[in-house]
Amino acid sequence: MRKSQRPLNGRFHPASAPDFLPHDQLRALQWQRLAETVRRAYSRVALFRKRMDERGLTPDDIQSLDDVPRLPFTVKTDLRDTYPFGLFASPMKDIVRLHASTGTTGKPIVVAYTPSDLQVWANVMMRSFAACGLHEGDIIQNAYGYGLFTGGLGAHYGVEALGATVIPISGGNTQRQLAVMVDFGTTAICCTPSYFLHIIDQAQESGVKLKDLPLRVGVFGAEPWTDAMRRRIEADSGIKAYDIYGLSEIIGPGVGMECQCQAGPHIFEDWFYPEVVDLATGKPCADGVEGELVLTTLGKQAMPMIRYRTRDITALVTEPCECGRSLRRIKRIARRSDDMMIIRGVNVYPSQIETALLKVEGALPHYQIILTRDKGLDEMEVDVEVTPEVFGDTVGALEEVQQKINASIERVIGLRAKVRLVQPQTIQRSEGKAKRVIDQRKM
Amino acid sequence: MKLKQLSLFLENKPGALSRPIGLLATAKVNIQALSVAESNQFGILRLIVHDWEAVRDLLEKEGFIVKVTDVVAIEVADQPGGLADILDTVDKAHINVEFMYAFTQTHMNRGVLVFRFNNPDEAIRLLRRKGVNVVASVDWLKQSHS
Repeated sequence: MRKSQRPLNGRFHPASAPDFLPHDQLRALQWQRLAETVRRAYSRVALFRKRMDERGLTPDDIQSLDDVPRLPFTVKTDLRDTYPFGLFASPMKDIVRLHASTGTTGKPIVVAYTPSDLQVWANVMMRSFAACGLHEGDIIQNAYGYGLFTGGLGAHYGVEALGATVIPISGGNTQRQLAVMVDFGTTAICCTPSYFLHIIDQAQESGVKLKDLPLRVGVFGAEPWTDAMRRRIEADSGIKAYDIYGLSEIIGPGVGMECQCQAGPHIFEDWFYPEVVDLATGKPCADGVEGELVLTTLGKQAMPMIRYRTRDITALVTEPCECGRSLRRIKRIARRSDDMMIIRGVNVYPSQIETALLKVEGALPHYQIILTRDKGLDEMEVDVEVTPEVFGDTVGALEEVQQKINASIERVIGLRAKVRLVQPQTIQRSEGKAKRVIDQRKM
Repeated sequence: MKLKQLSLFLENKPGALSRPIGLLATAKVNIQALSVAESNQFGILRLIVHDWEAVRDLLEKEGFIVKVTDVVAIEVADQPGGLADILDTVDKAHINVEFMYAFTQTHMNRGVLVFRFNNPDEAIRLLRRKGVNVVASVDWLKQSHS
């Protein structure tokens, strides 16, 4: 049988050893790394020092992991406000890699890595692949985008660290993905779950039978997805679909990863300290209670993060997992606490659409974003009310406006949207403000 | 003489045309000339009316985007070749026809062509020199209807 999974209670990959650290040792390691991280952040990053000073805290006041909730939060806007390098704790001569993701006002956030940070990243990604049963000899097709986005390179170095074979194909060009998958005998694929659904559809159209291929594992992340999607993927392609969790601000993909029990991502707690806090009060939630995931990096050099509010809604799962890992898990993330949309794995904010519209029109028209999912691919429609400024009396002039808006949106967010011009006053307003996003995607 | 034409943005969907037309009917506005241009997503309703300022205000008050443009209306004999001669004149002067529409007034034995030129003044000058009847006011259209 080609599709055999490694037995659950069989041999674990040696790379996974840190996942099984006894609890007391894990906590001791976390505490040691936390103390170093707080000291480093306090002494080297103006914002962290200011925030702690405001609370009358010094690194010496943090005496154990129990003191973590006394530390101030860090939020996404802190990264934007200090753009580009304001939160770096290392001089540029020690930084060997920068990544960036788009921000709301065209200002991206920038993250940095020292050589040791890259080692940590490769380590957690290696353990991610090992956790879902991949090993030397596996051929892993990396369809995450390569570039400023952390997904591509993050997965790439994890595969190499594992000693498996990486196909650095990057995202898109589905026919080529399928050809490579067939010709190279791909055994695992990394991409967004919605993109894999698209691959499934394309495979069916092209007569490629995924179930007959050696492909047996999918490592899916960079966007929320549900168990229903997992069931569909597994039924239609005959693979096992695993949820990987991560975010650039913390390191990229590899903050957490599901084991073969597929029971929610284990957080790689030796490098990332997880908390879940109440959205409104910021107070820690009891285990199992839903709130916002807050992460502190343990040992990141170039860009330590203290209590970073991820805006991901989840709960900490402390019950032991059948796999025996001592690492705590989080419930799979299905929603975000803010207005950020994740479209084909790319973060998009309504304000970015506003930026794009402003560039074309000069003044902001009423608009509405409608998200749908067609053949596993997210589609974004932007309805824009026509304004006197752009109404040009000829069909050609209007089509030109439409094309300009299209191009502007693609420039700002890197994705194509379907732009529709609509009559004034046709977009519903509530309390004077339009409802900006209608998400009709069925997860 | 240029005439004022009102253009309205409409979505290309059922009922889109009825609302402005219904408003004009209620306000007892007589439409002298009308055309609809469309793409698969939207349309443009073009109107020539007698009291264009009042009609524009009425439509704008109802939330429509109204654009006022200068067009040139020309009377031609209702017979083959009438349009060809006009086009020949403007083509030779490299004047572009951005859009046009036409209607015939059979009882008057004539056709009326409405043009939007990129250079209307020059077009009028050339056509007049050729002896073409450029319609001087909306009243002319109106009177000829009755």
